[in-house]
Amino acid sequence: MTIPVTSAKTLRDAYAVLAEQPRGLRVLAGGTDLMVAINARVRLDQIGHVLDVWRVDELRGVSVREGVLSLGALTTYTEMMRSPVVREHLPALALVSREVGAWAIQNRGTLGGNVCNASPAGDTLPVLLAGEARFVLGGPRGERKVPADQFFLSYRKTALGADELLLRVEVPLGGRLVYRKVGTRKAQSVSRTFVAVCKNGAAVRIAAGCVAPIPLRCRKAEAAAEQGVGVRAALAKDIAPVDDIRATAVYRSRVTGNVLLRLLEGLAA
Amino acid sequence: MKLTVNGVPRDVQVAPLRRLLDLLREDLKLTGTKEGCGEGECGACSVLIDGELVNSCLVAACQVEGAQVLTVEGVAADGQLTPLQRIFVERGGSQCGICTPGMIVAAHRFLSSGQPATNENVREAIAGNLCRCTGYTKIVEAIQLAAGEQLASPEPSGRR
Repeated sequence: MTIPVTSAKTLRDAYAVLAEQPRGLRVLAGGTDLMVAINARVRLDQIGHVLDVWRVDELRGVSVREGVLSLGALTTYTEMMRSPVVREHLPALALVSREVGAWAIQNRGTLGGNVCNASPAGDTLPVLLAGEARFVLGGPRGERKVPADQFFLSYRKTALGADELLLRVEVPLGGRLVYRKVGTRKAQSVSRTFVAVCKNGAAVRIAAGCVAPIPLRCRKAEAAAEQGVGVRAALAKDIAPVDDIRATAVYRSRVTGNVLLRLLEGLAA
Repeated sequence: MKLTVNGVPRDVQVAPLRRLLDLLREDLKLTGTKEGCGEGECGACSVLIDGELVNSCLVAACQVEGAQVLTVEGVAADGQLTPLQRIFVERGGSQCGICTPGMIVAAHRFLSSGQPATNENVREAIAGNLCRCTGYTKIVEAIQLAAGEQLASPEPSGRR
């Protein structure tokens, strides 16, 4: 079986494909997720058409304007690690990029791919959620912005329409954002749990990965953290960890709570 | 479609989602690049595209149209091993050999990065290249020695 492929050079090329809404459309960027699935022949029959956007330069670029950091969907981990703009304005994103994969993966894996793949273990996602990022989606019908915490709907299901593409990620700047990734080793392993916290004045934003079917904002823990009591109990009501190959639910609950308390202590100091 | 492999222009007829790895090994008969895991974990299939390290098992053929690809066969210049390759041989950086082409390509890229060859930098540069013989000590030593020679020599050896 040969899967039809369109290699788009411009957004206009990509939108022409999206307008047709081909069945089983998958978007190919750096290939670090999609090519793995294709190589392993995982649910290959569900892939009806591949739209390759790797050369669409309109999806690249990093800038800051009016207090908002904007990152093109094709921004790679290497670019986020190296970008002086990212390092200055959202150092957590530059740091977390360094812990994802090794050089070869960092050169190809993209921020947009991490977002759209929508894995509960995607390492940039709690950072984006705690930073109250917005995802700018575009297609032949126009553009719209979706707040990060309304984008992830259920396990690997997102708010992206059948004729939409993620164009860029916008993160409003302000506050101090810290995170902790817990894997089997310091970097280059799939996380067991992941916590990100952004403190802006009295406001606290908390997000976690690997503890629910989606990466999620932990609003009960946020309220508790702002009042300074019962954070661990509140967090337990936000998250719903499961046992899997990487960790048990009990481990995830305890460690996620420990890590969150540690991060909050660090921000208070 | 057209691409350049090890400095040689190539014109190939290829399915768009064919892996660059298969394009190199099967269509162009450049079998130096190895397949390990096929999912971007092991680095055996490492090559450079336009100077940047990638896993060729994760790159679709349609994504290298017009690109410059460097495989392990293209690291040596004019039939001469680079200092990196020579020292790998001399210092036992290669044991069973399956990881060696990927290691050489990753290390070659590291040496052209201008980063100081500290133990930590070298280990980070080859972190995506797994050696199943676990011969990392000799590999890291060889890369550090090659970096030392490169610094001492007036010509930037083995760069492309």
